[in-house]
Amino acid sequence: MKKLILSTALAAMMAISPALAETPIPGGNMIVTYKDDVATLDPAIGYDWQNWSMIKSVFDGLMDYEPGTTVLRPGLAESYTISDDGLTYTFKLRPGVKFHNGREMVAEDVVYSINRVVNPATQSPGQGFFGMIEGFDASAADGSALSGVSAPDASTVVFKLSRPDATFLHVMALNFSYVVPKEVVEAEGADFGKKPVGTGAFSLTEWTLGQRLVFTKNPDYWIAGVPYLDSFTVEVGQEPVVALLRAQNGEVDIPGDGIPPAKFTEVMGDPAQAANVVEGGQLHTGYITMNVTAAPFDKVEVRRAVNMAINKDRIVQVINGRAVPATQPLPPSMPGYTKDYAGYAYDIDAAKALLAGAGYPDGFETELYVMNTDPNPRIAQAIQQDLKAIGITANIRSLAQANVIEAGGAGTAPMIWSGGMAWIADFPDPSNFYGPILGCGGAVEGGWNWSKYCNADLDALAAKADSTVDPARADERLKLWSDVYMGVMEDAPWAPVFNEQRFTLKSPRMGGADALYVDPVSIPVNYDYVYIKE
Amino acid sequence: MTAAAPSATQGATPGAIGPAPRGPSVLRRLMGRKLALFGFLAILICVGGAVFADWLAPFDPDEQFFDGLTIEGAPMPPGPVYWFGTDLLGRDLLSRLLYGAQTSLIIGLVANGAALFIGTLVGVTAGYFRGITGTVLMRFTDLMMAFPALLLAICLAAIFQPSLWIVALVIAFVNWVQTARVVYTQTSSLAERDFIAAEKTLGAGHGRILFRHILPHLLPTLIVWGTLGISTTVLLEATLSFLGVGVQPPTPSWGNIIFENQTWFQAAPWLVFIPGAAILLLALAFNLVGDALRDILDPTQQGRD
Amino acid sequence: MLAYILRRLVMSALILLGVSFITFVLLYVLPADPVRQIAGRSATPETVESIRRQLGLDQPFIVQYGRYLWNLLQGDLGRSYLQKTEVAVLISARLPATLLLMLAAIVCELVIGLTLGVIAALYRGRALDNVLMLSSFVTVSAPQFVVALLLLYVFAVQLGWFPIGGYGTFAHLVLPALTLGILGSGWYARIMRSSMLDVLRADFIRTARAKGLGRGRIILGHAVPNAILPVIAMIGIDIGIFMSGIVVVESVFGWPGIGQLAWQAIQRVDIPIIMGVTLVSAFAIVIGNLIADLISPLIDPRIKLR
Repeated sequence: MKKLILSTALAAMMAISPALAETPIPGGNMIVTYKDDVATLDPAIGYDWQNWSMIKSVFDGLMDYEPGTTVLRPGLAESYTISDDGLTYTFKLRPGVKFHNGREMVAEDVVYSINRVVNPATQSPGQGFFGMIEGFDASAADGSALSGVSAPDASTVVFKLSRPDATFLHVMALNFSYVVPKEVVEAEGADFGKKPVGTGAFSLTEWTLGQRLVFTKNPDYWIAGVPYLDSFTVEVGQEPVVALLRAQNGEVDIPGDGIPPAKFTEVMGDPAQAANVVEGGQLHTGYITMNVTAAPFDKVEVRRAVNMAINKDRIVQVINGRAVPATQPLPPSMPGYTKDYAGYAYDIDAAKALLAGAGYPDGFETELYVMNTDPNPRIAQAIQQDLKAIGITANIRSLAQANVIEAGGAGTAPMIWSGGMAWIADFPDPSNFYGPILGCGGAVEGGWNWSKYCNADLDALAAKADSTVDPARADERLKLWSDVYMGVMEDAPWAPVFNEQRFTLKSPRMGGADALYVDPVSIPVNYDYVYIKE
Repeated sequence: MTAAAPSATQGATPGAIGPAPRGPSVLRRLMGRKLALFGFLAILICVGGAVFADWLAPFDPDEQFFDGLTIEGAPMPPGPVYWFGTDLLGRDLLSRLLYGAQTSLIIGLVANGAALFIGTLVGVTAGYFRGITGTVLMRFTDLMMAFPALLLAICLAAIFQPSLWIVALVIAFVNWVQTARVVYTQTSSLAERDFIAAEKTLGAGHGRILFRHILPHLLPTLIVWGTLGISTTVLLEATLSFLGVGVQPPTPSWGNIIFENQTWFQAAPWLVFIPGAAILLLALAFNLVGDALRDILDPTQQGRD
Repeated sequence: MLAYILRRLVMSALILLGVSFITFVLLYVLPADPVRQIAGRSATPETVESIRRQLGLDQPFIVQYGRYLWNLLQGDLGRSYLQKTEVAVLISARLPATLLLMLAAIVCELVIGLTLGVIAALYRGRALDNVLMLSSFVTVSAPQFVVALLLLYVFAVQLGWFPIGGYGTFAHLVLPALTLGILGSGWYARIMRSSMLDVLRADFIRTARAKGLGRGRIILGHAVPNAILPVIAMIGIDIGIFMSGIVVVESVFGWPGIGQLAWQAIQRVDIPIIMGVTLVSAFAIVIGNLIADLISPLIDPRIKLR
């Protein structure tokens, strides 16, 4: 395999993105609102969809994405090379990048940051992503230094992997890989998440707990001219309905929680308001898991019958058309999505016949677990009615998120509606929808594979796909992944129901390409590249 | 929250001592009061709606009608087919309200019955036997008073994973405290009285004293608290269901109807305010009847307006 | 008196100890694992066990509780599992909002309740009295969340007088305070009414009347100040009721107080936060009751402190 070298001039980077066709205007303060408080801005800890994009603006990783797309590009790394066997990655750091405290970022910082995430003392929810790095098992167990990461000089970082992994560059673009300054982390300890210092386009300048966070432009940011905004303010504790009304009054630029269902029809029905709404796909799938290790869902006919019994169009109608019916685990905007696969058709008679064939002519009684926040109990009731039509009585257990996750992990829940805890991709790669939620690795006690579905053949196929590192064979790899998910649909441990669409409302003064407002990796918006037109 | 709490903790209500008034005369006096009569009728209507829901409800409360939602998924406003409109799943609101009355009343009776039972048991034991047991029981009661009731109920509901009966028991466990305190005060003052001492010297057993003398004297208080407590219980059930930790769907409860539809309260206010009015009416009815009963049964309250 | 207060304080401390124990037991048996919330969805079983060990959640119950108590005695409420921030910091950042709402609610209750109570007493037995007493029953029977939504609908959505929730200005405070104020006013009105009636029958009022003082002066200058005492004792109890229901009001109005904090923590079994909020609420309740009990003898000399 030939060596791949990517070298990017800043000017070239600016030119690539069609998002920036019109000339952005610098300056101004943007106001974004959320209902829930921001938990932490520590990149090793933060794992909520709200803080995910804020962390992206405060910190950087070796890799990054083109704004508004799922296309990888180098970030803090100026260039990188991959060895022929796909096991050694050498990153050359961009010179002169400074942390917000003024110190220059060097290779040792990268090594420290990766070690910190893997160290069990950090208690990072992202630790599992780094399993391909050599020495991971030992470090993850006792916190010793990773043997697979090193800094031969101040501007070079070398990663050695224990297996070829095509997702490695995506992992380097994950928030968990972001570079933090050791001295600040050690000084602040656990409070680092409230007083973050990174290399990002914005630095946090005010945090009033439960009320407001202010992010201010980093004048020394390593991409010249970026960010465009002088600052952005995040106001928390704002009900979505309040936020929308304030946006309609021009007091808020982006209601972060989107358009509340009750207001959706009104907004979309008014051309003036609808013009400010940007619609986009989301790397999300809502699905029903069925526990394949216990009767009656140990029979594939039963699981297929459930797939055929769900009236997905009706469920999409119940949530006011803010989603598209799903046919497979992957969402349509994910690479590797199988376009010509129609999924299981809604067919009650065929479903009944399958049930009868499996020995359940009169159906059976089971339980459907669901998280107890609206609209999930409603969706569960719609599913319940669909199942009743083929003779399955599903009693709903509507519980707090933590209780549902516990029941799913323990394998005591026959069926779970994933809503509210559903899989939103960590990174835009098909492998992300497999490992922990459909693969054998997650099918253990406490794992997130709530179906407890384990198909060794598919696991092998998945491993084969991910060891296809050569970018020239990327299409071949995606075909393999497509085969994996088609195999999953054949065994039907899930009934995929819908893929949520994103509808971002922005104030008329906000500028920048639409893609920035439905950025697949930065929800709700890409803070670094949007700007104010006036 | 706890509607009956303030008067319970005032300690200014020594309670009924002396012969309890006879049943028929209580009922007649109750009916003589306009407000109590109103409350009584409201309770009758709710009970009637609950008992005859099978006949009264125009539709199956759980059926999600295709024409119950617009193409955009909005609920139907009140109209000729669905009198009270439909909810966000296209179900008939009137039918769900009628069946919801069953839920409220079952929980009201079971939870409150259980709370009354626990409260009486604790109060009588502590007040009659005194000593270590009494002290421990009453200190435990103090402790329960200091719990933020709703937080406790939410935690309990999370542990036991709600069903109709679990919700009832959770409410009972939170609500027995006031009864226990009132019963304790009364029992301890009764136990000191001469005729109890006389019984004891005559060799009467504890059982005889408790069932022949103490409990009959407690009866008026228990009736009053039993009635007022249903109101508290109905409100607490509604609140738990409103927070999504109460009665499990699709079983309708007035609280969870509001929980499921509250995001639409601007566009479809009937979905929130009709069940809201029902909760208010039922709680009010039991409060009015309970208050009238207190006036009638409790001699210390008489003449106090 | 001092000995009594001291004894009550010790008793209060014991009650708080009991509350902490029971809450800890409840959270211990909760069928949800905080470690899985921390470890995330891609964690290996080894990671999960390692986090469990670090947090001491692999220890027997009694050790865990002992540790918590030991830290608590040193004023340490621990750190949030998911936010990693000290619980004391999180609570103290949100407590002012809760206290502000409580204060405003009590003011509302008193203003509405006392006014209606006095009027009802003066019009005793007449139609106005009956209407007021019926409405006091309506307020104690109304579910908090329904009143909250109703006020939002009428005054914020339809009339647009107030914001639909949130925090920051006086306008934000009005509706949540009014919700609590209306609901609590019923009890104050009833107590004020009967207290007024007692006072109006008292000798010194008759004397004042005999002296020929004007009706207005008698009522405002003599009757009301004397009748108000029993009401003050109720404020202490009111704190308890307020703390019990705080989750609902704060969630409907998006009020950034400790109720919201607790609610979010319960969803994700962030045990240190749940413990912290429970203890702070219980503390407020205990103190409120203590104040109520201390005031009682001042009002009614027949009540003795035991």
